[in-house]
Amino acid sequence: MTKPTNSILAVPFAMVLATFFVLPLILVVVVSFWDYTEYSLIPDLILMNYAELFYGCFDWDQGLCTTFATYLSTFKYVFLTWCLTLVIGFGVALYLVFCVRSLRMQIVLFLVCTIPFWTSNVIRMISWIPLLGRNGIVNTALMSLGIIDQPIEWLLYSGFSVTLGFVHLYTLFMVVPIFNSMAKIDKSLIEAAKDSGASAWQIITNIIIPLSRSGIMIGSIFVITIVVGDFITIGVLGGQQIASVGKIIYVEMSYLQFPAAAANAVVLVSITLLMVAAMMRIVNVRKEL
Amino acid sequence: MFSRAQKAWLTVFFSCFVIFLYGPVLSIILLAFQGPEGGLTFPMRGFSLHWFEELWRGLGVVDISRGLRRSLFLGVLVMIFTVILSLCAGLAFRKKFRGSGVLFYLTIASLIIPSIAISLGIALQFRLLDETVKWLGQSLEIQWIIDDFQTSMGLIASGLGTHLTWTLPFGLLIMFAVFNRFNPSYEEAARDLGATPWQTFWGVVFPLIAPALVGVALFGFTLSYDELARSSQALGAVNTLPLELRGLTTTVTNPSIYALGAVTTGVSFLVIGLSLGLFWVLRQKAGNIK
Repeated sequence: MTKPTNSILAVPFAMVLATFFVLPLILVVVVSFWDYTEYSLIPDLILMNYAELFYGCFDWDQGLCTTFATYLSTFKYVFLTWCLTLVIGFGVALYLVFCVRSLRMQIVLFLVCTIPFWTSNVIRMISWIPLLGRNGIVNTALMSLGIIDQPIEWLLYSGFSVTLGFVHLYTLFMVVPIFNSMAKIDKSLIEAAKDSGASAWQIITNIIIPLSRSGIMIGSIFVITIVVGDFITIGVLGGQQIASVGKIIYVEMSYLQFPAAAANAVVLVSITLLMVAAMMRIVNVRKEL
Repeated sequence: MFSRAQKAWLTVFFSCFVIFLYGPVLSIILLAFQGPEGGLTFPMRGFSLHWFEELWRGLGVVDISRGLRRSLFLGVLVMIFTVILSLCAGLAFRKKFRGSGVLFYLTIASLIIPSIAISLGIALQFRLLDETVKWLGQSLEIQWIIDDFQTSMGLIASGLGTHLTWTLPFGLLIMFAVFNRFNPSYEEAARDLGATPWQTFWGVVFPLIAPALVGVALFGFTLSYDELARSSQALGAVNTLPLELRGLTTTVTNPSIYALGAVTTGVSFLVIGLSLGLFWVLRQKAGNIK
């Protein structure tokens, strides 16, 4: 008897991805070679958009061109966010797996960590305003304690608040996969190491980190790919000064410079895919589910 | 593996993380209940529902209740599509089929390709579609196109499609996690007892995976309800609630924006609570089948 499962069932799913994911991306690549005026797109095959994107980038004595400077700024936030979410996410997973005894408590605390994922990101961003603003809690507290005389200006609408926002929003992308691979570690390995006299630090570096490598990698892929294309967190928490690749694409789109935005997006997507391909070599995602 | 002191430190660390996670949101919910003189920061000035009333009356030009209705409508639609399409695809993926590898990598790609690129692609797609329709209307002299046609973008076309590129990968990954742990002997038993494939599915497989489907539905609804990055350029003239909210962050300077935050967070928590409740009930039932 044939199983009631076969490949036809995947067709609707594949159709949706083909129509709303593959086709749009192909269009982005195609349009990146088009010409444009203020109000219309002109089909063409020119490299002008790319030439403009990298204008002045290879005159090394001219200093950094805008595009490279923007990528540098973007990657600064990617790197900072990645480091912070990794350390915090690892610590949280470590606590949940090895310090919480009862399964029920583990599930409850795991849910506590994941529930914010299902709530609004914008709300979570603006919720920093009353804390970090000029007259916010942090400044008021520091001033009444006499630590500072004037409110600190760099708390909000700054690189600081952007990084804080990223860590706040995306640490759970690290917690969940790292928790998942840590929970699979055979406890007898830990016992054996402990009996042989290993310290907690040695157990973490020699057993737990290598065995939760795949979770770390999946979490890293998530965090890095989200932050690299971000324009919303940087827009809401970064004020006007901070540049990011996503923001440039967004601004170009709002001026209807679609081909220029498309060339930018092609470069961004290529860089993202290259990074992910490199990380995927280290871990087989499908085996981890 | 940890000494008492180390455990205590980790507990403190975890507690700080939870405060960091929830503290800011709780503070704006609290500030939403200020009196009419209240400002954007602490200390709280009085206690009232004033800012909710203000919100109810509408915030200037922005139509909040319409945004909310659109978001709820789209969220439910995306949820239904996500559950059905992910379930079907998940069933198909239980056996290898031609193109299954490609489809899997496409799904992962849909998750990790920067949202702004997808938003741009969909905006371009519908722009070109609109131009084609207008051109056809003019060259074939179709009167209603010449008179009325504006755009094919909208909630049900570009909105639904955009959100699905974000929710479907989560749905399929959950289905993978479910079927990787699924014990096929229950199905085999049903078949040996003479059940048809249809009966096997509805009588055995479906009840066993129903709790996971609630999870897929939760992801489908909440991810759509809060989606912003991909929708930002892909909805045309209609704005969902997160889009309105982002616009408000620059224009509204009183606690009514916190009241709106409290309302949407309330909707999210209601949905999460209902889903978790339903999840436990269905899990009990699934346990009974085993």
